[in-house]
Amino acid sequence: MEKIESFEDLVKLSESSGKRIYQICEESEAENFEISVQIVRERVKYNLDAMKNAINLGLNSKEKSLSGLCGDDCAKLKAHYEHGTTLFSKNYQKVILYALATIEQNIRMGKIVACPTAGSCGIVPGVIIALSEAVNAPEQVQINALLTAGMIGEIISRKVALAGAVAGCQGECGVAAAMAAGALVEIYNGTASQIVQAAVLTLKNIMGFVCDPVAGLVEVPCVKRNAFLAINAVTAAELAMAGIKSVIPPDEVVDAMQQVGQLMSPQLKESSEAGLATTKTGLEITERLSRQWGLSVE
Amino acid sequence: MQKTKTLFDVIGPVIIGPSSSHTAGAVRLGLLAGKIYGEKPKNVKFILYNSFAKTGKGHGTDKGLLGGVLGLNVDDERIKNAYEIAKNEGIEYEFEFREDYNRHPNAVDIEFEAPVKMKVSGNSLGAGEVVINKINGYSFNINGDFPTLVLIYRDKPGMVYRVSALIQHQDVNIATMHCDRNAKGEEASMGICLDSPLPDYVIKELQKIDEIYLIRNIEAIEEWKK
Repeated sequence: MEKIESFEDLVKLSESSGKRIYQICEESEAENFEISVQIVRERVKYNLDAMKNAINLGLNSKEKSLSGLCGDDCAKLKAHYEHGTTLFSKNYQKVILYALATIEQNIRMGKIVACPTAGSCGIVPGVIIALSEAVNAPEQVQINALLTAGMIGEIISRKVALAGAVAGCQGECGVAAAMAAGALVEIYNGTASQIVQAAVLTLKNIMGFVCDPVAGLVEVPCVKRNAFLAINAVTAAELAMAGIKSVIPPDEVVDAMQQVGQLMSPQLKESSEAGLATTKTGLEITERLSRQWGLSVE
Repeated sequence: MQKTKTLFDVIGPVIIGPSSSHTAGAVRLGLLAGKIYGEKPKNVKFILYNSFAKTGKGHGTDKGLLGGVLGLNVDDERIKNAYEIAKNEGIEYEFEFREDYNRHPNAVDIEFEAPVKMKVSGNSLGAGEVVINKINGYSFNINGDFPTLVLIYRDKPGMVYRVSALIQHQDVNIATMHCDRNAKGEEASMGICLDSPLPDYVIKELQKIDEIYLIRNIEAIEEWKK
């Protein structure tokens, strides 16, 4: 199979071969690891099932994280949708509920699918699972969507490290949102170009996202950000399905994102030396937790 | 040597949260250390450095390391209860937190006290990747992605040849090989990463070599088995 190094290669190959992005993805994975496409799909299904399981557990838990900082946001949102008022549809509600349910399972040491990372694990399932339910998408379509997400993440990862310490939150929640956006266009049965456009429209909107976790933990601001970025992904998919395109070509957007990541101060890349981590309250929390856990490493 | 990047590094792996480096990486380090130790320990001490020390409790790094030593994999939901499991199995454990910037940001020393003493050190490199870089002072480079043979032996000319010949005769390809020896040159170590698992026959043959006093045949850590 031809080497796919960029979004341009991917769209070209899809258009010339008539294959959808997920097919290109599963075939290349099968070829690289000398396994059958069926085995690739079975493993994707295993991960998809793990995502659904995390959502089910997360929707029914209020258990706090080890630090006690987070853990009951999903329960609050769920109660609000049961009793409160909202202008938004069930589909919108489910996207943010499922994203929160998943990321909260993560912080309470539950089983999740790092997608692409643990701190961004709620975004792709939030979009794929919630909206597959909305359109009654068969399991095979959901697998196709997750494969599409994987292909997008893989191409971005050629240039941008999927790690907050290197690229800031751009490389974690940002990439997760781009993956989710492409996955949703696959559920909509959009074209390869529309899938890629959805991904890069998302990326343009997360440029420069800092990674400034309070006390160095994957909680503040990560948990709530998963809900926000799931909606970012949905917005991008809607625009792409309308035929709206990024003025800047996809691969140039990824280059720009990589450059921005490099230019960001190390203090804003997972080191907890600036931003929310060093606010008055951020520092107080850090100190309280150090005392609580008896960490006198200084 | 890095494993080939797979799709499942992007839409996976399936792990226990909250952090791939501080939780899943810790489990992998514990798991490898436990396999290298090779038996059920009576007591074990973990010394966590730098970021592992500072944010470890909040990320469950302690539970991950201990759970790994107990044999739990990165996606095992019992990791959360590692303390209780260790108590039930009669394993004593202790944690110490240190700052030492000569060490990797996510470094750990795992000291087994009894029934035999052994010290295993490693680093969590990010995205769940790890390396065990020291066993009893000898340098190694074990990442759990490949089946690995660990040997410590009395240094003698021809040992590398004897071991590699045994492996080659079984048609197993050596991916990487890492050798070291102690200051006096009396004892040496080999860490051999393989493309496929070694048949038991090779281990039996290795056991016949008097000079070798530690043999560990460590399977690759698989997150998904068909």
